[in-house]
Amino acid sequence: MTAESADAAQQESAEPAAAQPFLRLKGVRKSYPGVQALAGLDLEVRPGEVIGLVGENGAGKSTLLKLLGGIAAPDGGTIEIDGVSHTRLSVSQSIAAGIAFVHQELNLFDNLDVAANVFIGREPRRFGCLNIVDTRRQRAAVAPLLDQLGAGFSPDTLVGRLSLAQQQLVEIAKALSQQARLVIFDEPTSSLPIAESEKLLAIMARLSRRGIAVIFVSHRLTEVQRAADRVVVLRDGRLAGRLTRAEISHDRLVKLMIGRDLKVDYAAPKTARGGVALALSGIRTAAYPRQAVDLDLHRGEILGLAGLVGSGRTELARAIFGIDPVHGGGLSLDGKEIAVRSASDAVGHGIFLVPEDRKATGILLDFTVAENISLPNLDAHASNWIVSAGSERRQAEASRGELGIKVPDVATLTATLSGGNQQKVVLAKWLAMQPRVIILDEPTRGIDVGSKSEIYLLMRALADAGVTILMISSDMEEVIGVSDRIAVMCEGRISGILTRAQFSEENVLLLAVGNRVVP
Amino acid sequence: MKKKDLGLLVLILVVGLGVYLQNPLFLSPNNIANTANLIGLFGLFAIAQGFVIITGGIDLSAGSMIALLGVLFVDIVGNRGVPWPIAFVIVIILGLLLGLAHGLLITRLKMPPFVVTLCGLLIYRGVARGYTGDATAGFPFGSTYPGLDFFTARIYGVPTSILLLLVVAAIAWVVLHRSVFGRYLFAVGKNEEAARFSGIRTNLVIGAAYVICAGLTALAAIFFAMYTRSVSPSSHGNFYELYAIAAAVLGGFSLRGGEGSIIGVVLGAILLQVLQNLVNLLGIPSSLNFAVMGTVILVGVLVDQQWGAYRARRLLAGSARESGAKPTPPDPVPER
Ligand SMILES: Nc1ncnc2c1ncn2[C@@H]1O[C@H](COP(=O)(O)OP(=O)(O)OP(=O)(O)O)[C@@H](O)[C@H]1O
Ligand SMILES: [Mg+2]
Repeated sequence: MTAESADAAQQESAEPAAAQPFLRLKGVRKSYPGVQALAGLDLEVRPGEVIGLVGENGAGKSTLLKLLGGIAAPDGGTIEIDGVSHTRLSVSQSIAAGIAFVHQELNLFDNLDVAANVFIGREPRRFGCLNIVDTRRQRAAVAPLLDQLGAGFSPDTLVGRLSLAQQQLVEIAKALSQQARLVIFDEPTSSLPIAESEKLLAIMARLSRRGIAVIFVSHRLTEVQRAADRVVVLRDGRLAGRLTRAEISHDRLVKLMIGRDLKVDYAAPKTARGGVALALSGIRTAAYPRQAVDLDLHRGEILGLAGLVGSGRTELARAIFGIDPVHGGGLSLDGKEIAVRSASDAVGHGIFLVPEDRKATGILLDFTVAENISLPNLDAHASNWIVSAGSERRQAEASRGELGIKVPDVATLTATLSGGNQQKVVLAKWLAMQPRVIILDEPTRGIDVGSKSEIYLLMRALADAGVTILMISSDMEEVIGVSDRIAVMCEGRISGILTRAQFSEENVLLLAVGNRVVP
Repeated sequence: MKKKDLGLLVLILVVGLGVYLQNPLFLSPNNIANTANLIGLFGLFAIAQGFVIITGGIDLSAGSMIALLGVLFVDIVGNRGVPWPIAFVIVIILGLLLGLAHGLLITRLKMPPFVVTLCGLLIYRGVARGYTGDATAGFPFGSTYPGLDFFTARIYGVPTSILLLLVVAAIAWVVLHRSVFGRYLFAVGKNEEAARFSGIRTNLVIGAAYVICAGLTALAAIFFAMYTRSVSPSSHGNFYELYAIAAAVLGGFSLRGGEGSIIGVVLGAILLQVLQNLVNLLGIPSSLNFAVMGTVILVGVLVDQQWGAYRARRLLAGSARESGAKPTPPDPVPER
């Protein structure tokens, strides 16, 4: 970007800030059985402003966005668009009003190409009543949108082939093609690596310059600080505060969110690490069959595993846990070779995995919180093969207290929990058992700062008790703060291991792209 | 008992009352015993089907299996002179083996349950017909088999089949709703991936469901063979798998897996037999049999779903009132 155009951009963005709000929420309320998700909230949205929406897990952020997107109806209050007030919006009203919702779980058809996805439900037709989809026009309309977004793929790419970040671009292209005036994002960056998040933030800024308003939810506060023109903080369904651009600071955000100051506490290890607990020798995964991974994990240490997306970290974790067959090499635990052919073998050896995709593999949405937590350890909650509901409930209550899972009752269906609280259930499920080795794949995705801090303390307590922890994380702050050592993967191999003295963002990134670290 | 099951029970009682008012013979001891016997027979393999449906699978081969195993049982007892207890054991083991084969094809070779059991439907029927050369298998004229009468006996007027159903249903209830294995069945049916990531041996669980299903079906097959006394391999047990699936669906099972209850499927089996009875007793041409049954299942499932949606709305409105807000229209169903 030239200095000139940057200047122009700034002028442009300064102008709409003074504009009149086109969307006003007044006293909106929403309750679900047992919870008041929103308790009388006011909000105004002006053209071209970027609003950061933050709050603890279960504070009501997603609920607010759902009301705007027409997916849920408020119990009370009004939603005013261009001076017309509504008691509720339907999905089509919301789209007609120019509100585009980029969902946390993307709503794309991976068996269709990009252009078809952008125009789904609004296909341009040809040949009159024959209603043939005019694919050429469709593609021609989508190409410039993709260019604007700097997407490096063509309109006829199959969506199934795209990465998560690219799929988000498709959603945004869809919003642009609908002449959106407000684009709302629910935790758009929570599953993106840092570099991709940067790009997304830049795109938000670009939308704003064109006069399109943006509301985004994020638990990464540094991101909020950089990208938001103003911040709205929710706590227990109420407005806890608003901050203007100049007022935004990490500490202030945290204080408004949780109602007190918080220093993220990366507790230092109390005990020195023990001998080798789990040794990987020459493990080859299906993703990179030509790379052999050797790695020693010591008893009582937290080993961070960093790397770019696609570097083979998740595949390695799945192989260790027996989900995917290994294509060579073996594992030994406490010096003895072990055979892990299935996840149940791994669990039998005390090796656990907290998977990254909670909806697909982490929890059963239609099970209650208590049933989810007891599932991997059901035998311990049963006598003579009959499950004891009381024992399950006691365990769930204990986990709820320990991790601060916000739920009216442990017999609640997990599907109704907020995203971050579901993630806590996934963690609770495995932490409730006695692990020897626990692999955490993006353990704090979507979890608020306060709870993150609790989880770090918990991880340290486990490690101090002799548990070996392998933590896969794309959150640089987390990797550097929590780990005792950091192993970095690049294209399927371990490109280097950093000890505490060598920890730095730069070193991790160097190794992640396959360069050497200069000592 | 769940609300859903209660609704089904009410439906059965209403239909029963209606039939009784039209034709008091409905409640004659003989008719009751006959219907109870049929409920016992059909209930057995409806429960069997339930175990498979809960995993998200299906067993289309039940009817053919009942024909094949029935032919074999009658033949080896009647024509080959094998003592019936031994024949009984052979047939049950054969059933279990067929179930194991289904289970292995589905879990190890990843074949869709629909395809595997559809082929079973064709193969077992064909083998049964080939085995006898399409002739009816029956016991030699005038022969008696002390002990075999057990299968058709009535204890104080109560048919043994319904007693057996009660025992099997009680065990199945404990297994499905209270045991570790039952929980695994629900977990696997809801989300097989997540179950596998929880350390559950999903293949074992699914395989076991097919074995249990075939085992219970084999038991039902022997009862059916003794009930009809002679087995004509081309028509015996035709469409029976559909009765079982219908009973499960009426009883609240989801064909997508992970939902259902034993009480529900038993009530479903009862309703189907009461309907059969209705057709007979009300003088409706028996050619309309399937039409009546199809209509009632359609209406039953429809009412059940509308009722569920209504209750969800009531619940939401109720919670809104609690929090001091006026009730609003329900959330639209999320778009998929
Ligand atoms: N469909 C539902 N049924 C019942 N309760 C619900 C439902 N959806 C949300 N809730 C409850 O409403 C509250 C607010 O949830 P919401 O999803 O808005 O939180 P959030 O701020 O987005 O949290 P997170 O940061 O974890 O995503 C939570 O307590 C949640 O359990
Ligand atoms: Mg949320």
